[in-house]
Amino acid sequence: MMILSGDPPRSRVLTLVLVVIILALAATPFLFPGAKALNVAAKICVFAALVASYDLLLGYTGSVSFAHTMFYGIGSYAIAIALYGMGPNWAAVATGIVTGLPLAALLALAIGLFSLRVAAIFFAMITLAVASAFQVLASQLSWLTGGEDGRSFQLPELLRPGTVLISKNLFGFEINGRILTFYLVFAISALMILALLRVVNSPFGRVLQAIRENRFRAEALGFRTVFHLTYANCLAALVAAGAGILNALWLRYAGPDTSLSFSIMLDILLMVVIGGMGTIYGAIIGATIFILAQNYLQSLMGVASTAAGEAGLPLLPGLLHPDRWLLWLGLLFIASVYFFPTGVVGRLRKVSGGKGADSPH
Amino acid sequence: MTDLAATDPLPKPKRDLAPILLPIALALLMIPLIGSPSTWLTLTAASLAMGMMIFIMASGLTLVFGLMDVLNFGHGAFIAVGAYVATLVLAPFAASIQADSLWTNLAVLAPAALLSMAVSGALGLVVERVLILPVYGQHLKQILMTTGGLIVAEQTLYALWGPQIIPMPLPASLRGSFILGDVAIAKYRVLAMLIGLAVFIAIQLVLNRTKLGLLIRAGVENREMVEALGYRIRRLFLGVFMTGSALAGLGGVMWALYREQVHASMSDDLTVLIFIVVIIGGLGSIGGCFIGAILVAMVANYGGFLVPKLALVSNILLMVAILMWRPRGLYAVTSR
Repeated sequence: MMILSGDPPRSRVLTLVLVVIILALAATPFLFPGAKALNVAAKICVFAALVASYDLLLGYTGSVSFAHTMFYGIGSYAIAIALYGMGPNWAAVATGIVTGLPLAALLALAIGLFSLRVAAIFFAMITLAVASAFQVLASQLSWLTGGEDGRSFQLPELLRPGTVLISKNLFGFEINGRILTFYLVFAISALMILALLRVVNSPFGRVLQAIRENRFRAEALGFRTVFHLTYANCLAALVAAGAGILNALWLRYAGPDTSLSFSIMLDILLMVVIGGMGTIYGAIIGATIFILAQNYLQSLMGVASTAAGEAGLPLLPGLLHPDRWLLWLGLLFIASVYFFPTGVVGRLRKVSGGKGADSPH
Repeated sequence: MTDLAATDPLPKPKRDLAPILLPIALALLMIPLIGSPSTWLTLTAASLAMGMMIFIMASGLTLVFGLMDVLNFGHGAFIAVGAYVATLVLAPFAASIQADSLWTNLAVLAPAALLSMAVSGALGLVVERVLILPVYGQHLKQILMTTGGLIVAEQTLYALWGPQIIPMPLPASLRGSFILGDVAIAKYRVLAMLIGLAVFIAIQLVLNRTKLGLLIRAGVENREMVEALGYRIRRLFLGVFMTGSALAGLGGVMWALYREQVHASMSDDLTVLIFIVVIIGGLGSIGGCFIGAILVAMVANYGGFLVPKLALVSNILLMVAILMWRPRGLYAVTSR
């Protein structure tokens, strides 16, 4: 179990579910034809990594950050601006990566040193304030970021849908640049999640958990808690920026709505709580459930809303309108924090007995 | 420590004046930078009015945190709810709002504001019982629960009122400005200042002159001790929470009239502003919250006038500067 860093799912059902999810994602280009399925699969990959990095903060250190989309956005914008400005070549991709990642890490370092030093409770509020300022900044600096419209760009030749790598008559499937991009997203997301799994199971990860459980005691044991928390914050920011880069590469676009908006932050929160905080595996489950529901349940809500409208019921059409989807998510969120604080993963681990669910609280 | 004889009066607590001088110094510093004294006066009046409104909204949040260590991320929802409820009263009486008589206008505005406060306060009761009570004492879950509450409240507002922006015109008699020489001060801002000052004085009087206030202040400083003396601090807290929610509702009405529009997303922007104010002021301190609100408004107004581009990040810079000076805010009241 080297690859999982000695932290297997610890539940037969959970293992099965994870294997199914990963196999389905890997085989999406062949199993489910059509652009929508591939988009959904890519989004699940990106968000699984993004949510896992958030889990490092929320689940393992117990600090609530509202600036996670900021780092995600930094990654997205870095690659978008580089590819937009320098044209579709690999040098631009490299430039985007070497500017985006350090920028995210530096900003995380600054926020961490500043707010984690003061008092833990400030962290959530300060990250919220900084993130909202960043969002305004990104939409105002339109010469750089394209403002509300964002930046669309072209990918290097190899990754374009038009590039046929293996023609259809060889296997019956066409492997083109789009599918190659998908596997790039899939592989890098998987690598980042495995790396996070390594981090949380290292001695460093243990210290983070110790800080989560009792910061004072961790400090008394001689750990420099501010250093550890800031380090974790930087690592999470790096992975988030990485996920942002993948997202921008997949969408060939970066804009405030797809990479910076507060609603993405809420989505991340929902995914991590539904999946299970402090498990990393929860990120994969949470992202899968959430994004599948977002893409397929929402249209169902539209049908229900129209039906309720035709039946002449009051209020219901408004409540069931697809745009009100967040309302139900919010209720689900409250219910899951209250009733299932350990999320799906925690539940499954508890059901299967084993070593028992190590709940983060 | 000097020894005190039993008959000596207790030493007076040291007054910490530096934070009070800060906004005054800032305002004075701006006179030469802005140049024209009349512009400066207008901007200062605008900052004070805006600051008062922010203070009204933020005061509840800071007390709730100070008293019970509860961080309510859904505080912004009360603001939006207050503003929406006010439209319920103001829309049917649009005619009396447009009548050019101060008393007719106020006869509609006052019930609207009172109803908003009542509804927000009642909502506060529900939120405290349903969302905060179950996760009492757990910061992480509190933040998550109240964030969830904010989403639900905002979406419910959208579902009930629709996603469009609702206009909320100022009453006829509150439009326009008082002209003193070449200084123009909007009438509504004067009203906002008066209400804000009244709320501040009322809170200070209750906190400093009544037994209730004594208990609240004692609770902020040391909750266990108050409980040990036999007071039911939970009930006290519920009262503070509801009052804070009601004040947020009042602030919402005032803010909506100031902007002359209502939208559910107003809670998001204001939540950020309020958090900055509460952090600057020091969690739990009403005086700090008051000064913080004025500072934030001053930076927004002066900054918007002098360097419009900077206005976007000015609040963050202010917060950074203040926390560098005093890491726990202007007045550190709680021991947390």
